[in-house]
Amino acid sequence: MFEKLSYLALQEYWWFLIALLGALFVFMTFVQGGQTLLNKVAKSEDEKDIVIASLGRKWELTFTSLVMFGGALFAAFPLFYATSFGGAYYVWMAILFCFIIQAVSYEYRKKPDNFLGQKTFEIFLFINGSLGIILIGAAVGTLFTGGNFILSDMNLSSWTLSSRGLEAVLNPFNVILGLVVFFLARVQASLYFLNNINHEGIINNTRRVLRNDAILFLAFFILFCILLLTLSGVAYDGNAFVVVKYKFLLNFLASPILLGIFLVGALLVIYALFISLFKKSQQGIWFSGVGTVLVVLALFSLLGFNNTAIYPSLSDLQSSLDIRNAAASRYTLVAMSYVSLLVPFVLGYIIIVWRKMDQKQITSDEIQSDSHHY
Amino acid sequence: MDNSLLVDLSRSQFALTAMYHWLFVPLTLGLSFIIAFMETIYVKTGNPEWKKITKFWMTLFGINFAIGLATGIIMEFEFGTNWSNYSWIVGDIFGAPLAIEGIMAFFMESTFFAVMFFGWNKVSKKAHLLSTWLVAIGSNLSALWILVANGWMQYPTGMKFNVDTARFEMESFFDVLFNPVAVSKFLHTVSSGYVMGSLFVIGISSWYLLKKRDTVFAKRSIIVAASFGLLASIFLISTGDESAHQVALKQPTKLAAMEGLYDGSKRQGIVAIGQLTSGKEIGDNKDDFVWSVQIPYALSFLGFRNIDAFVPGMDDLVLGNKKMNIEPASDMLAKGKIALKSLRDYKNAQKVNDAEKSQASLKTFRMYEKYLGYGYLKNPVDIIPPVGLTFYSFHIMVGLGTWFLILFFFMLYYSMIGKIEDKRLFQKLALWSIPLGYLAGEVGWIVAEVGRQPWAIQGMLPTQVATSHLTSNSVAVTLVLFAVLFTGLLIAEIKIMLSQIKLGFKGA
Repeated sequence: MFEKLSYLALQEYWWFLIALLGALFVFMTFVQGGQTLLNKVAKSEDEKDIVIASLGRKWELTFTSLVMFGGALFAAFPLFYATSFGGAYYVWMAILFCFIIQAVSYEYRKKPDNFLGQKTFEIFLFINGSLGIILIGAAVGTLFTGGNFILSDMNLSSWTLSSRGLEAVLNPFNVILGLVVFFLARVQASLYFLNNINHEGIINNTRRVLRNDAILFLAFFILFCILLLTLSGVAYDGNAFVVVKYKFLLNFLASPILLGIFLVGALLVIYALFISLFKKSQQGIWFSGVGTVLVVLALFSLLGFNNTAIYPSLSDLQSSLDIRNAAASRYTLVAMSYVSLLVPFVLGYIIIVWRKMDQKQITSDEIQSDSHHY
Repeated sequence: MDNSLLVDLSRSQFALTAMYHWLFVPLTLGLSFIIAFMETIYVKTGNPEWKKITKFWMTLFGINFAIGLATGIIMEFEFGTNWSNYSWIVGDIFGAPLAIEGIMAFFMESTFFAVMFFGWNKVSKKAHLLSTWLVAIGSNLSALWILVANGWMQYPTGMKFNVDTARFEMESFFDVLFNPVAVSKFLHTVSSGYVMGSLFVIGISSWYLLKKRDTVFAKRSIIVAASFGLLASIFLISTGDESAHQVALKQPTKLAAMEGLYDGSKRQGIVAIGQLTSGKEIGDNKDDFVWSVQIPYALSFLGFRNIDAFVPGMDDLVLGNKKMNIEPASDMLAKGKIALKSLRDYKNAQKVNDAEKSQASLKTFRMYEKYLGYGYLKNPVDIIPPVGLTFYSFHIMVGLGTWFLILFFFMLYYSMIGKIEDKRLFQKLALWSIPLGYLAGEVGWIVAEVGRQPWAIQGMLPTQVATSHLTSNSVAVTLVLFAVLFTGLLIAEIKIMLSQIKLGFKGA
């Protein structure tokens, strides 16, 4: 089946899967957003336990999505993986540290004799949800704005700045994307709490927090859109990589489908905010979840489409990477494509389990009666 | 440019994260199945005490699982951050198992983990049991794919070198998946996890017996774990034998280092125990050992399934052995340099569109291609891994593996005849065997990975070429941060674990 596809079609298929994984990861970052809201929406220890329980049953899925995103990039676009991770070393290491400290925090936070104390683990969760997410947003921003690397004629990469990727946070586009993802994560966390928790105090606090975060999210999102549409990109013109003004605007115009997906996604997120804030709806998370997936899918797809570079080089334009020169071999992409047929099955059992586990909202009674809780 | 400090620091960082990670993975592999057995008994019998037993071990499992995830995420991304040349040169092959691990195993683990811990009152008994089994299967599937990747590093198959992209590319997915080294490595590694899980359960349970508390729960746990441990130990030894057989066939330098063997021979004996001669060098004719106890013929037989087989020693492998048709390493290094030069010539000719020269260079390259990795080595002795570390690690691992078999046998025997409560010596031995289980696992990985040196990919890609273009200072900083963070988390994990154990079964 996949053998019949052209090499380029396979590369596009795999970039689409990367985009989908990236989109699902961004949706799942409501866990991180929730971690930054812990002290805002929960005012007592009991309330904190409810919020932690609500997030704690999902955090591993977010973690797994991130690992899967990295694994898929490694397998399908190894030159991108090698260049970005080996080059922007400090940024990726900082992100990894933010995720290491998350992984133990739910389980250890309230266990007796936990050595570092409950407060430390809550700070870990906050760092993961704030710095970790902003840095991921900034790192993804470099796919649009570029990195300081060069490739040798053996395709071995080296970074040209000693700041090793930290310079990404000096670029306003990257920082604003980081903030968009951060506030989106917080907004989605609030929508998730409204849907998942049955506790009057938490719900009232959540609605208050959501109002402020929604305003900040929309402000940064609009700013990001303006910057994106005016941003220059890099494209391969058949002979060489060249800089193209308004590249992402042109990509949208060249693909009305992508533009449509982006707009529908954005409208769904806005609709979710509207019904949650003004109609007291509990279902906002589903609209915003689908919307987030569509928006992120469209944004990632913009990079892999229309001969666009997925990772422009700021040090040597001809070292830039696109889905053609960064991809795994045709054989590997075909083999991996067969494996990708498992994705709907995996998504299917996740949805079934999610629905079963979240049939009833979390209450204070449930937490207190459960012998195993975070 | 001499990048030896960078390579050493990068290796240290990877070794540190891998060794920390391996403190938690074997327990996950083994304990997940033991919990599944216990919950199956609960569902079959309906006896609530088995539910308590299951939930108690599940709590300890959760504490261990969390830190396993924390240390595991680093491993995947470190291939990119610290071994970026590796990630490009072999990413076409190596990345695939990692991605499949994510799709097949990680999602299964993380999805059903939530049901296993929080679904007792949300799903039916059978659905819960299924979730527990799926967590166990998911954990072991994860091990399968990572060991397929590791097995390929030990014995690269199913690929070709693409001169245009200057990397290795996959030719046969099934050759990579069914690589004999990967298969034996997977079976050996997961069975070591089952042994570790069983040691953990009988050790902790023995502590309760020594303290004379929760004795009914402890005795039931011992029966399940000792049965599983005994079967797993037998399997571990047989897969270890197959693993060593594969090493003999595919990694002769590693086998020679594991056995401290310099001067190879037919009908070669195996060293059961011994002390290596310090300062011994290739071809110096000093005795290999200060003292040793050998089992005659055993290495020839176990390594090659033939009592008359010739087992090459390190002298043979470095200096060559014409009689046995073993090429001197110096010749392989020289041919490797020709391969490297012809590859460079090919790339240069391509740049200037010199078709004639590129064809000639390509032809030369193809002749010497299999020596490519040797071209990066400086001295013939570089093909030998660190002997002392490999030898002692291997012998500690084998000795401990044998001890665990004996321990499980007696623990099960005394449990079956109802005398386990009286056997305080065995209870103490079981308790103190917990750290020995961890030690066995760690030294096992030292044999596998240190014994593979100087190669990142056996015979193809030396470690020194695989690293990222980083400064040694950058890696030193992250190495220290990892060491501090992981040590802090390990202390937290141990203290929490001990505290939960002190609470006992009744709180479960």
